[in-house]
Amino acid sequence: MAFAPRLIVPVSQHIGAPAVPVVKAGQEVVRGQLIAEADGFFSVPVHAPATGIVEAIDLMHSAAGPKVLSIVIKVYEAASQQVLESYPVDPMQLDRDELIKRVQNSGLAGLGGAAFPSHVKLQVPEEKQAEVLVVNGCECEPYLTCDHRVMLEQPENLLQGVRYALRITGAKRAIIGIEDNKADAARLLREKLTDNDPISVELVETKYPQGAEKMLLKSLLGLEVPVGGLPIDVGVVVNNVGTLAQLGRLLPSGEGLTERVITVSGSGMEKAGNYLVPIGTPVSFILEQVGVEAEYEEVIMGGPMMGMSIASLEVPVTKGTSGVLVFRERRFIEEQGERGTRFPCIKCGRCVDACPMRLNPAQMVWLAEKREYTAMQEKFNLNSCFECGCCSFVCPSNIPLVQYFRIAKSINNENRKATA
Amino acid sequence: MSRKPIVLHTAPHVKRPQEVPVIMRNVVFALLPILAFAIYQFGISVLALTLVVTLTCLATERFFNWMSNRTSSLGDWSAVITGILMALTLPPGFPLWMGVVAGFVGMAMGKMVFGGIGFNVFNPALVGRAFVQAAFPVAITTWTPAFFDGRFTQFIPTTLTMPFMMPPDISAWASSVAVDGFTGATPLGLQKFQDTQTAAMELLTGMTAGSAGETSALLIFVCGLYLAFRNMMNWRIPVWIFIGVTVTSGALYLVDADKYPDPLFMLLSGGLMLGAMFMASDMVGSPVTARGVMIYGLLIGFLTVVIRVFGSLSEGIMYAILLGNAATPLIDAMTQPRVFGARRKEQSP
Repeated sequence: MAFAPRLIVPVSQHIGAPAVPVVKAGQEVVRGQLIAEADGFFSVPVHAPATGIVEAIDLMHSAAGPKVLSIVIKVYEAASQQVLESYPVDPMQLDRDELIKRVQNSGLAGLGGAAFPSHVKLQVPEEKQAEVLVVNGCECEPYLTCDHRVMLEQPENLLQGVRYALRITGAKRAIIGIEDNKADAARLLREKLTDNDPISVELVETKYPQGAEKMLLKSLLGLEVPVGGLPIDVGVVVNNVGTLAQLGRLLPSGEGLTERVITVSGSGMEKAGNYLVPIGTPVSFILEQVGVEAEYEEVIMGGPMMGMSIASLEVPVTKGTSGVLVFRERRFIEEQGERGTRFPCIKCGRCVDACPMRLNPAQMVWLAEKREYTAMQEKFNLNSCFECGCCSFVCPSNIPLVQYFRIAKSINNENRKATA
Repeated sequence: MSRKPIVLHTAPHVKRPQEVPVIMRNVVFALLPILAFAIYQFGISVLALTLVVTLTCLATERFFNWMSNRTSSLGDWSAVITGILMALTLPPGFPLWMGVVAGFVGMAMGKMVFGGIGFNVFNPALVGRAFVQAAFPVAITTWTPAFFDGRFTQFIPTTLTMPFMMPPDISAWASSVAVDGFTGATPLGLQKFQDTQTAAMELLTGMTAGSAGETSALLIFVCGLYLAFRNMMNWRIPVWIFIGVTVTSGALYLVDADKYPDPLFMLLSGGLMLGAMFMASDMVGSPVTARGVMIYGLLIGFLTVVIRVFGSLSEGIMYAILLGNAATPLIDAMTQPRVFGARRKEQSP
């Protein structure tokens, strides 16, 4: 996709400490140049997504709601947009610590949606051993197809990234898990594999939330990550295909992350599809480019189950943005009848059936209504909920279950902070 | 470019369309063929009884809404289910004024005092029926021969009993109108008190006497299947009840085949099919987990047989379901799902 005239690049596009700007307003930047550096190990730097001039460093809209510190770049239209800053190396010659430093320098954060700093994920703690690297080729959510396209269009980058990740983590083998409705991607990747690669491609059932790492591990390896644990606790490191495809490209070239693939979809759209979009592109520009009818009512960043509906079209695409969806309210009404009339819980048990973490959402809602948020955690493992939204989706009484859980979790967090 | 303002929602932004009224409405649809057969079998008395009971249920629910200053909850269709189900469990010639009592008590004591749909502990239809069983022991065991002549033009004599009056004795009438081979006794009563076995085929097709809507096991089964296939009923509940009944009565049958009826008879007779398919499977009063449902279903099946065989009543499904309802909170507490990633031993209570 073309460069928008103005790019808005937040300094915090990942989970962890925000990056610190190293440019000033009025300064010219070249595409790929470091514009904000990592603040400690649990942070990733930000690179200029385009050649231009820094217009301002100011608080700007974000998808989540609050305004965040962002570097606004006015793009030079005539510029060649060549990436000038790069430090080419052969990753296979470097040791792990050097590689992890380079992953951090590339500004890579999980492109699946959570935007967890990739170098942190790839660093296996000293006392633990990674046996298997699982490559997540399952779409995070319905509507999104960006992972599929990445696998089809950048198989070489992806496999290269998997090889680097194997070297960094020390895992003995890698499994690329792909949903069975994307057999073409699996076929292509299998063809591209060499005999020496300890990499296999496996199909799993197409089912939301298969792309959640705990679900994928269960499907592929039959492993259950312990409550409150991470995949490394069962000897596994999980990475998304989009992330590893970028890793395969950025690590040898030594460039920074400046763009990503996103799915643009929804109703009334002329050119829905997957686009390679510079980080910082405002949603309004994307919608102009794909040609959206004027009559839409909800714009979502991410997927329909976990994404955020945005209040301003000036919200930019960040490293964690997997898609931009546009919905018309009318379409919702046709599909859903009277949306939102709430009925009492009839204990049908559908949420219990639907919960991939085998929680008891119904019981937790009864507690949430009484504001017994600590009991929700202590007795019912509230924090195991990863907010997939299945419970709210199936509830015939239109009870906003996952919404209750989000509130309960954040209140518990605040209380913990207050007492700590 | 003019456009509507953007609407903000929290995720998820999509929703399955199947809502409570849709489910309840489909339960009503599934009951209609059973009701139609009951009317065909016992005539306009059943129609009148169903209308009276259902309207009483609706009026009672609306009255309680009004008393508690809430908006009407009739739109969720659950009161209609209660009304039709209750009427189907009553004898065809049940006096209408007693039907009003049953409807009122069932809705008021069984549902609305708890706070309406979703909060009731017991199945309201069965609460109403249990009340009239205790209050009017004669009327509720006064059976009518099936397919009697003139059933579409005349009421059963007991139907139009004056309010607060006891119904007249209809044994003379019953023997005068009965078609050959159809007496007023129910298959369970015949088996228990007269040691006469009704053939399975008659039980399947409903060629017997009994409560208005319980006679044709096959028809009820098919209507229940519709709900199960539309994913509007937990099919595990009836299945576990059938297993519970089969195992319990099978064990007894093996002990003494002369004294105890065979499992097939147990499955097909009385209100078991209606109760298993439409009343025990009521979502509100049943456990939520698959394991909980197993315990619940087996318990109901077991209790039904025990009451039928060893109790003084000929039918036991009603009390079995009510006891199952009562055990549900306990079963739910015992069968919390094992959280993903939790060790089996560390399971929280």
